[in-house]
Amino acid sequence: MSFFATLSEKPWLATDTAQPQPAMNAISLLNNQKRIALKFFLAVVTVIFSLFIITFLERSQFPDFQALAGQPWQPLSDPWRLWLNTGVLVAASVAMQLALYYARTGRKRAVLAATGVALTLTVQFIVAQLWVWSLLNDLGYYLASNPANSYFYLFTAVHGAHLIGGLLVLAWVFIRVSRKSLSDTQQSWARVSGNLSLCANYWHYLLGIWLVLFALLTSSAETYQLLAALCGF
Amino acid sequence: MTHTAIAEQIDESHHPSSFITRYIWSQDHKVIAVQYAITAIFVGLVALVLSGLMRLQLGFPDSFDFIDPASYLQFVTMHGMIMVIYLLTALLLGGFGNYLIPLMIGARDMVFPYLNMLSFWMYLLSVLVLMSSFFISGGPTGAGWTLYPPQAILAGTPGYNGGIILMLVSLAIFIVAFTMGGLNYVTTILQARTHGMTLMRMPLSIWGIFVATILGLLAFPALLVSAIMMLLDKLAGTSFFMPAIVSLGESLDYNGGSPVLFQHLFWFFGHPEVYIVALPAFGMVSDVLSVHARKNIFGYRMMVWAIVAIGGLSFIVWAHHMYVSGMNPVFGFFFATTTLIIAIPTAIKVYNWVLTLWRGNIRLTTPMLFAIGFIFTFTHGGLTGLFLGNVVIDLPLSDTYFVVAHFHMVMGVSPIMVLFAAIYHWFPLVSGKMLHTGLGKTHFWITFLGTYAIYLPMHYLGFLGVPRRYYSMAGTDFIPESAQTLNAGITVSAIIVGVAQLLFIINVIISLRSDKKAAHNPWEASSLEWQTPQIPPVHGNWGAKLPVVHRWAYDYCVPGAVDDFTPQNVPVDAAHLSEGEAEGDRS
Amino acid sequence: MALAIILVLLIIASLIFHFASPWWFTPLASNWGSIDTTINLTFWVTGFVFVAVNLFLAYCVFRFRYHKDKRSHYEPENKRLEVWLSAITAAGVIVMLAPGLVVWAKFVDVPEGASEMEVVGQQWQWGFRFPGEDGQFGRVAKQFISDTNPLGLDPSDLAGQDDVIIDQNEVHLPIGEDVKVLLRSKDVLHNFAVPQFRVKMDLVPGLISYLWFEPTKIGRFDILCMELCGLAHHTMRGHVVVDTPEDFTAWLASQPTFRETQVGTKGDPIAGQALYATCAACHGQQAEGNKALNAPKLSGQASWYLSRQLHYYQQGIRGAHKDDIFGQQMAPMAAILTDKQAMKNVLAHIDSLEEAAVDNQINGNAARGASYYITCGACHGTEGQGNFSLNAPKLAGQQDWYIKRQIENFRSGVRGNHADDNYGKQMILMARMLKDEQAIDDLITYINQFDSEHR
Repeated sequence: MSFFATLSEKPWLATDTAQPQPAMNAISLLNNQKRIALKFFLAVVTVIFSLFIITFLERSQFPDFQALAGQPWQPLSDPWRLWLNTGVLVAASVAMQLALYYARTGRKRAVLAATGVALTLTVQFIVAQLWVWSLLNDLGYYLASNPANSYFYLFTAVHGAHLIGGLLVLAWVFIRVSRKSLSDTQQSWARVSGNLSLCANYWHYLLGIWLVLFALLTSSAETYQLLAALCGF
Repeated sequence: MTHTAIAEQIDESHHPSSFITRYIWSQDHKVIAVQYAITAIFVGLVALVLSGLMRLQLGFPDSFDFIDPASYLQFVTMHGMIMVIYLLTALLLGGFGNYLIPLMIGARDMVFPYLNMLSFWMYLLSVLVLMSSFFISGGPTGAGWTLYPPQAILAGTPGYNGGIILMLVSLAIFIVAFTMGGLNYVTTILQARTHGMTLMRMPLSIWGIFVATILGLLAFPALLVSAIMMLLDKLAGTSFFMPAIVSLGESLDYNGGSPVLFQHLFWFFGHPEVYIVALPAFGMVSDVLSVHARKNIFGYRMMVWAIVAIGGLSFIVWAHHMYVSGMNPVFGFFFATTTLIIAIPTAIKVYNWVLTLWRGNIRLTTPMLFAIGFIFTFTHGGLTGLFLGNVVIDLPLSDTYFVVAHFHMVMGVSPIMVLFAAIYHWFPLVSGKMLHTGLGKTHFWITFLGTYAIYLPMHYLGFLGVPRRYYSMAGTDFIPESAQTLNAGITVSAIIVGVAQLLFIINVIISLRSDKKAAHNPWEASSLEWQTPQIPPVHGNWGAKLPVVHRWAYDYCVPGAVDDFTPQNVPVDAAHLSEGEAEGDRS
Repeated sequence: MALAIILVLLIIASLIFHFASPWWFTPLASNWGSIDTTINLTFWVTGFVFVAVNLFLAYCVFRFRYHKDKRSHYEPENKRLEVWLSAITAAGVIVMLAPGLVVWAKFVDVPEGASEMEVVGQQWQWGFRFPGEDGQFGRVAKQFISDTNPLGLDPSDLAGQDDVIIDQNEVHLPIGEDVKVLLRSKDVLHNFAVPQFRVKMDLVPGLISYLWFEPTKIGRFDILCMELCGLAHHTMRGHVVVDTPEDFTAWLASQPTFRETQVGTKGDPIAGQALYATCAACHGQQAEGNKALNAPKLSGQASWYLSRQLHYYQQGIRGAHKDDIFGQQMAPMAAILTDKQAMKNVLAHIDSLEEAAVDNQINGNAARGASYYITCGACHGTEGQGNFSLNAPKLAGQQDWYIKRQIENFRSGVRGNHADDNYGKQMILMARMLKDEQAIDDLITYINQFDSEHR
């Protein structure tokens, strides 16, 4: 409970803690800072999705809500397309982890290849999600015709927007790596692997969020009722 | 959490070379802070004018033909939203947060200067989007700053097309800007403190800003979520918040949505927002009081705990804004209890401010006047909060002028008092010039007495039952004629206070143009921001070497020390030496 | 020094203001005296803290003012003091909170045997409903809302047939009887508030909220909407009249049940033509109006509006004001049409007439008028076509001199000030927006541009 220990310090007592400690490597310091910022950012993302999910559960208990799964005729009762998309996103996450592994050993080509695969797969995922959108639309499940549909489009869109943000950062990292010369020092690879590790964490996190959303969106009305009851609606 | 980053920050070589990179596309936290502050004060002045127009209508209802019911509601809405979000939040965190964090914790800059710059430009964009709604057909939204659906997006409310859309888009951009800034603030505070700057050695300003930023990061998403869903309801015809409605005789396609759900989301953001504004103000006023009372802040640890406790509690009190919203009334028991519990840490803060003055050696400088004025107004506003928080008392008082008076005392006058205290206090650091004392004190007296003359009587209109957001009170049996006289009096006070703010602007201009330089540490403060080698601090803040901190920020009149204050970066043994030698340590 | 004195003076001034203020709670007219007690208790606790803290503040400012030879006392914290202060604060909070929660428990729990009344809000009117003899409200739904069924009752639900429909802004309640008020809204959020009753609650579309009270005073009280509901929020007023039980029963019996509102015969234009001969003397054969005789055009105006005005003239709600010279002429004429069917016939005849063109004289600044009209258009329609749901008559095609006189009458309270003229009261509040004659002329110039054929 170091936080509470900190909070109970008496700072006016003149115990001088200012013994200069050995200076930390500048790059690992920067990586550290970025990691902290990412943690806070992921906290923000978590709040966003949690709030959406809570409103979803409350809304699901209104009589006009018709779940998209549960009965055989409902479109997400057999969501093989979404399973496929999920597989693509898992593969992208694996590619990110590989890229990180290669970056730590300083192998430029392998890093580029793995990052490229991750980029492609993620774009592939987004396109495939759009494909599911158009299929649903063709079946007559329009955005505004039922709150369950609205939430399906909303969740996938917000998740996709987060992925697109990640893609921009990853593309930037990709370009930085591609400009590296093979003779670069350990130091500069440390920086790349720091950035890649942030991206990888972000990818894994978004994969996790997608799995939660996937489970939620393909559940039946009874499950929503149970979850909503647990939340006290 | 006790980790202290030791290394020098990486030099990202963003040393400014031209005018543009120095003052416009600057990545220096001090310039960004000033940019934030100027923009915020500018929109704040717009909102001040709007409030003047509202007061003219209320005080003299039959005199001004350019204020019709629609524009009155638009003034109300824009005044509220601008003041809460675009002035107070932006000025306290974007302005003071940016300026003070690196200087007070001994860093050269924010850890992500580029992101910091983007944050400001996004903020400016959100302001421009918001302001553009004044110039579109239909004008800005008149839905009230709470933007409650269904009325916010339906005909019958001013600005229900372009106005509300621009408002929601602007808020979304603001939230992105705030998140960029906020990630910077927390990371900087956690990672870039200098040698010896433990968390518990940080000044309370930093604690307030730190906790407020975390609140903001976790609370603004609720506003973002509700804005996105309302935009979809408006533009795509979804029914997140929209139930079945017959609007103005016309049956709409919406069905089944829940307007109360929006209110929950809005206040889940809205209540922490109160503390996003209040906590930095609490922190900064503590520092001002301590410096000018020549005494350490009383009960520092209790103050930190109170900030943390208030921050935590602020997430479980939101529905006290919704006692009469039609939600399940049983919630009232829970939220009344949590709300009144929050009074305890808040009261402790008030006691400790007063106890800081007790047995001090009080210099009644301009910033100190504002800080003491704050204690008075905040005590008043905090106590009226106990009425509204107690669920059953809220029944007669909610949606009356009592509410308006209450939240203007705690969220309007009090933070503004702190902002002025802070500006008068830190102006010499920012500009190297002192603000004129005579003008400053006149400004204080008119503002302090004038605002009290506005809001004290307003509470009593609320007791009477006068509803808020009414274009005209005429046509009721229970409101006596004298209430109109009172309203006219309130308007006169408001106009005087509004005009008196010109004194402040004149003061700033005169001081900036004068040749007289401020002393290096004019208030003889011991906190770190005053110990930079140059005043105002130059790019990089600390010259060649980062300062080393040996004590907390409140070493005033320590027994045995020679001076009545000891700067944070003076070594323990050196404190007992003479002023001259301590001075040497600074450079 | 000055600061210390002024702080003390502010405390004294606040106390004087508090005790001398004529602006205070309206006299209580319900059972919720316990709310007032809780407020008074809170006043004593918070007032004590306010005085104590600020007096101590003033004392500190005075006693510990700066002296250059003085040094302040060094005391980082005082645990005992802080714990004591926290404990006292906590005690104060409990003293305020506990009674509050007890009273709230009473508010949440409606007493057995309370009678029920429904309040329906819409922009910017009130409607009410009583459950009738069976004590049960009939089902309602949005799709049933129409001109003849403003509250949207399900016609097939037997429980709803005897529901008493009050489609106006005034309602009566019996004294001394607990009443549970059920609240719902047709469009946006509203709030049902009667200051003298102390309790209030939002009306939320899509759900039914409630509150309860027992009226304890005979009288007529304002109902105010206290949740921002759009442009004309401040005009959304109503009245609740607290009667003796006998008066209330008589009043309730005189109000139509849902079944009664659904039956009705149509007017016969042929039969109406003969009756219209009397009217034609002033209003013209084609109901085209006659400025010289101060008789407005009737053709093209909606029957529901003409019908209401005839009733108002008959009941002295309109045309009874001593300054309403022309209205006074109309009142005895309207009195001729006492028979309901006769009135319907005349209105049917007027409705069958072709709308006459008008010759308008007023010439102002139409552009400025357009900006005023944004407010008017919310109810009267963007083309001045009128809106039955909002009780707003058609303006397009009306003679400009007539509109002008009515706006002036509303502004001066000659029209609309009668206690029973709820819609007129809204117009009084709205007409105040036009601050001078030029503004009225500008507005009317804009209205003159509307296509009168546009319904």
